[in-house]
Amino acid sequence: MFLNRKYLPVFVTFGLLAVMFAIGSFRYTGFFSTQVLLNLLIDNAFLIITAIGMTFVIVSGGIDLSVGSVIALTTIISASLVEKQGWSPAIVIPMVLVMGALFGTVMGAIIHYFKIQPFIVTLAGMFLARGLCYVISLDTITITNPFYTQVAQAKISLPGGSFVSINVIIALVIVLLAIFLAHYTRFGRNVYAIGGSEQSALLMGLPVARTKILVYTFSGLCSALAGVVFTFYMLSGYGLHAMGLELDTIAAVVIGGTLLTGGVGYVAGTFIGVLIQGAIQTIISFEGTLSSWWTKIVIGLMLFVFILFQRLLSGRRVSSKSLH
Amino acid sequence: MAGKMRKHHLFWPLCMLGLLLIFNLLYSPDFFSLVMREGNLYGSLIDILNFGAPLILVSIGMTLVIATGGIDLSVGSIVAISGAVACMSISRGVDQNSLGLMLGALGLSIGLSLILGIWNGALVSVARIQPIIATLILMVAGRGIAQLITSGQIITVSNANYAYIGAGSLAALPFSIFIVLTVLLVASLLTRKTALGLFIESVGSNANASQLAGIRSKTVILTVYVFCGLCAGIAGLILSSNVSSADGNNAGLWYELDAILAVVIGGTSLNGGRFYLMGTVVGALIIQTLTTTIYMIGVPPEVTLVVKAFVVLAVCLIQSDSFRNSMVIRWKKRKFPAEQGVNRHVS
Repeated sequence: MFLNRKYLPVFVTFGLLAVMFAIGSFRYTGFFSTQVLLNLLIDNAFLIITAIGMTFVIVSGGIDLSVGSVIALTTIISASLVEKQGWSPAIVIPMVLVMGALFGTVMGAIIHYFKIQPFIVTLAGMFLARGLCYVISLDTITITNPFYTQVAQAKISLPGGSFVSINVIIALVIVLLAIFLAHYTRFGRNVYAIGGSEQSALLMGLPVARTKILVYTFSGLCSALAGVVFTFYMLSGYGLHAMGLELDTIAAVVIGGTLLTGGVGYVAGTFIGVLIQGAIQTIISFEGTLSSWWTKIVIGLMLFVFILFQRLLSGRRVSSKSLH
Repeated sequence: MAGKMRKHHLFWPLCMLGLLLIFNLLYSPDFFSLVMREGNLYGSLIDILNFGAPLILVSIGMTLVIATGGIDLSVGSIVAISGAVACMSISRGVDQNSLGLMLGALGLSIGLSLILGIWNGALVSVARIQPIIATLILMVAGRGIAQLITSGQIITVSNANYAYIGAGSLAALPFSIFIVLTVLLVASLLTRKTALGLFIESVGSNANASQLAGIRSKTVILTVYVFCGLCAGIAGLILSSNVSSADGNNAGLWYELDAILAVVIGGTSLNGGRFYLMGTVVGALIIQTLTTTIYMIGVPPEVTLVVKAFVVLAVCLIQSDSFRNSMVIRWKKRKFPAEQGVNRHVS
């Protein structure tokens, strides 16, 4: 009953993560510990938050390429306002969140009302946000504000001597919120319906315009929040932060079992997808002797092996669109 | 007649290209001037064609991939690998300037890019992995392979024959233009004069239905990825031969995005099922002209991306029917109350 066939891809993905972790534990001493597992969360909190916003976008049948740039823009705006203008973080953080959400709303509105492909609109958004970063500052701005440093250094102890950061708590709250939003609210159902077929959703009388725009707003908000979390993590603002993150995010979402054609996908799957990418990185850092180009090749190979296994094990039934 | 012209898929892309060129003409009056020096033509327009050649090539390959409903993110990495392999094998040779060495290097590069295309195609068609993820693998790993070949350095070669590919000229025009024309001609003839184009569009609309109708969907998909790899490989050769060096780190960086942009500006939908090769060429020319323009008017490098964002958005908005209609309605509404007011005043 619980092992419903439609959850199979998510379970396969989770099983593969476990296998990957087991292999790491046998291969490297010190790999098998709670802290290594928790570090996956600590180092990837921002990626989890971004990927959750992206999941909604992809389930609705769209794509958002602007996420990495919005993160960079958030870090640099926060850093310059807090450090150079001396604003209080209590004003800056809500402000950047609103800004990210608005950025998403505008992109969503253009996509919906002018019927331009999401890929292009968000690509323009990516150029715009990245460009604005460089306009604001070409250099790294280090953050020394006490609020930011305190949040960055705060460790929440768990039984067994391990700890997590505040970022992890934020990310986990967002995951739970998103699972609720996706599977237990009207909004979530509308998103799945639009991803299945926008035409049918429209004929059923669902609020297509509002839902589509809200999806991009949510993604923008998630990216901005990821940017705030990233600022805590890096304690700096820089226009080159989170370069190429949009592809990592899309990969995480797809590894988690979401179809790029829309209509199928799970927030929990995305969460595991991010952890898998983190696990690949961790294994490589435990290997320790790889030069930077060998790292890239190995990441590619592991991604390949993983996706192939997932493909073979889940054996998703062939629908008319699955060839793509 | 005018309405028919406006319906043509090339109308709006060509308008945009025209607008960009007119802007350049107003900004610097000698933009269109062509100078004959030592039997070769020089000028901004020639530069756009010459430097745009690799992008046009990659975009042509990308068009066919997108027409089957796929996407190829690995083109930038293939560009880097192809250039790196060619330069590496030339620089290892005893006599760097020999023709045989250069031909061997070309063969090696082209062969390798074909293999990479087969790899992508096999992942998509045989293993049935979603194209964006299947090609993401090579995008990440390929950049590493290119860096591995060049050991992370820039490899410089001095082979006059090799330099001819990207920097030489034939009949007063850069040689690279002829390579692009040949590939374009071959692609157009194959897709429009044989049934291949129809097969590609059919697979792009619905791969399973075309399989049932007797089209070998898998073979078609494999073919377009191989062709895309080949185009990217040739583009890599042109790019590296133009500067007689290979840079594994930066060659072809972000080419995939520019190429996809060119395809979409040209009117091809990312959903697949329909494609316009000439539209893509115009799209790639728009992007190259835009890049040249931004450099020429001396926009500070940090603002370049902002300018590009607005132009990309403008190009797409102008092409969007809904945007044009909503503007027309607004224009009419704007006039209407004013006219009414005038009428009321008179009576």
